[in-house]
Amino acid sequence: MEKFSTHTGVGVPLRRSNVDTDQIIPAVYLKRVTRTGFEDALFAAWRGDPSFVLNQEAYSAGSVLVAGPDFGTGSSREHAVWALKDYGFRVVLASRFADIFRGNSGKQGLVAGVVAQEDVELLWKVLETRPGTEVTVDLEAKTATADDVTVPFQIDDYTRWRLMEGLDDIGLTLQHEADITAFEEQRASWRPKTLPAKHLPSVPIEPARPVG
Amino acid sequence: MAGTLAEKVWEAHLVRRGSDGSPDLLYIDLHLVHEVTSPQAFEGLRLTGRPVRRADLTIATEDHNTPTLDIDLPIADLTSRTQIDTLRNNAREFGVRIHSLGDADQGIVHQVGPQLGLTMPGLTVVCGDSHTSTHGAFGALAFGIGTSEVEHVLATQTLPLTPFKTMAITVNGDLPPGTTSKDIILAIIAKIGTGGGQGYVLEYRGEAIRKLSMEARMTICNMSIEAGARAGMIAPDETTFEYLAGRPHAPEGADWDAAVEYWKTLRSDDDAEFDAEVVLEAADLEPFVTWGTNPGQGLPLSASVPVPADIADEGDRVTAAKALEYMGLEGGTPLRDITVDTVFIGSCTNGRIEDLRSVAKVLRGRTKADDVRVLVVPASARVRLQAEAEGLDVIFKEFGAEWRNAGCSMCLGMNPDQLAPGERAASTSNRNFEGRQGKGGRTHLVSPLVAAATAVRGTLSSVSDLDLDEDVDLATFDGTPLAPLSAPSFV
Repeated sequence: MEKFSTHTGVGVPLRRSNVDTDQIIPAVYLKRVTRTGFEDALFAAWRGDPSFVLNQEAYSAGSVLVAGPDFGTGSSREHAVWALKDYGFRVVLASRFADIFRGNSGKQGLVAGVVAQEDVELLWKVLETRPGTEVTVDLEAKTATADDVTVPFQIDDYTRWRLMEGLDDIGLTLQHEADITAFEEQRASWRPKTLPAKHLPSVPIEPARPVG
Repeated sequence: MAGTLAEKVWEAHLVRRGSDGSPDLLYIDLHLVHEVTSPQAFEGLRLTGRPVRRADLTIATEDHNTPTLDIDLPIADLTSRTQIDTLRNNAREFGVRIHSLGDADQGIVHQVGPQLGLTMPGLTVVCGDSHTSTHGAFGALAFGIGTSEVEHVLATQTLPLTPFKTMAITVNGDLPPGTTSKDIILAIIAKIGTGGGQGYVLEYRGEAIRKLSMEARMTICNMSIEAGARAGMIAPDETTFEYLAGRPHAPEGADWDAAVEYWKTLRSDDDAEFDAEVVLEAADLEPFVTWGTNPGQGLPLSASVPVPADIADEGDRVTAAKALEYMGLEGGTPLRDITVDTVFIGSCTNGRIEDLRSVAKVLRGRTKADDVRVLVVPASARVRLQAEAEGLDVIFKEFGAEWRNAGCSMCLGMNPDQLAPGERAASTSNRNFEGRQGKGGRTHLVSPLVAAATAVRGTLSSVSDLDLDEDVDLATFDGTPLAPLSAPSFV
């Protein structure tokens, strides 16, 4: 996971509350086999509406989403975070997040910063008055700045540390790789290995056919 | 300190103990992979440039999306075909062993591990599938994981986890004739509810459990998840060792001796403390069937469909009324009066050779009820071969059943084997959720014996409703192994 210290990019005002994960990415996209390429699925139901914020040229290259309260409620699908990241978002700011969404964000390197609702309103005002305004998010200082407006945001220390160090769960575990290797060295020889493969003689399997 | 079976296996896999509220890091002995929950995990490895740490502790098979007919033809459904192709490509790229459709070792992932002798006592076993709890029947700590965790295990062979609570479920006495381990687990779920096991590892013990065969134990542990538990376990014993001995990946020589010596220590200490305890008397059990849309909505076959108005708890009353509406049932109808359209015998719950043998014993010399479709789907290609070696396929076909290739089949609506809207099934599978077996399909979960008797009569039935031949020994229907009709070949 890439280390995150500061990020500057176009801010996108999303004046909606309770944006659930079905709105972020509908279930029909979950059958895909990839982890990337979900950018077209992001907010799929709204993308056909020309007035939707991401369909406006000034915002279409946005990377800092400023949303209404209770962002990311509903199903636990990790695809919601993948879709936001694939589109290009690095940060979502809102006054409240669903727990699972916030957890998934931390795992995938997306900053989910909690901003007081009155500060969200301040950011919206700047971003809507001057479309295309860039927001600078400083994870160390825990601030977001758009033009002359600087607001603080909250993020738990453990997640912030992981994001700043660029450590996903796997990266964190691999910090203890020496422990894993040591454990493997004392693993009893009776414990199974799938390779080299052992099995009974291979025999042809006759395909069943439809009856009647 | 005295410990439970689950705690002993946990402790034996501690790579690193967590501190200050951070989780323990647990080593994973065996990682089973299938086509549905693995693609994004492999993709994640590609994106981060990480290899599979231990391909030699990983094995993949194709089961959820695969058809059970015409398996030599291209898979018609494009999404399914893509998922299968993706698994094959990922296995090749990352050096993971795979048993593909058409291979003699292909089958449902939870049958493939045990039949190869890879599933053993004292292991940690994971798979991106909630029915991974099946492997707990061997005294392994086995549980389902999500796609991020699949990637985590592929990359590190470990998982960060916080300890589970433990629940002892003791089943005393002997099972009455005509009842099976499926009836035990359906009764347990009806008793503790679909959320009763949340946060727990269940340990099944007691005389009735000890007398069960390995396969019957797998049926019980398989459905632990249906009680909300992450895992179910049974302490290993001679039955376990006998099942394992001589299988392709079972330890040999000195390794076998060392393993058995260790496995014998894998039992909860007499003074171990469980966080919760449940006791059942096997003698009170009779064949169990579900009437609703969750596995906890089950009753003895002799009962009637509940009348919602009679249910005191408002939440339960509303849930029951909603379930009956979906199921198209009237409260007060005797369960035995319910007519089915389809009988499905198969799945990781009840698609093993013993299940097929006991079904064949009931079906032999009979013909199916008119207008009932009967599917018999072995859990693996090896189970199919074994059944054919014993002539079971002939019995099924003469009865009027369809004899299929191995896979998850009608247990879940991800492949061509599905119920049509409104179609009603007696199914040996594990979930009766709305739409589980196909949009609008209605599922009654049953044991293989109830499924067989129902296929004969066309209404929900038990073997006691049949005029069984005198030479059929009902005592052999209790889940213990039947005498094989030919030499066993380790399925």
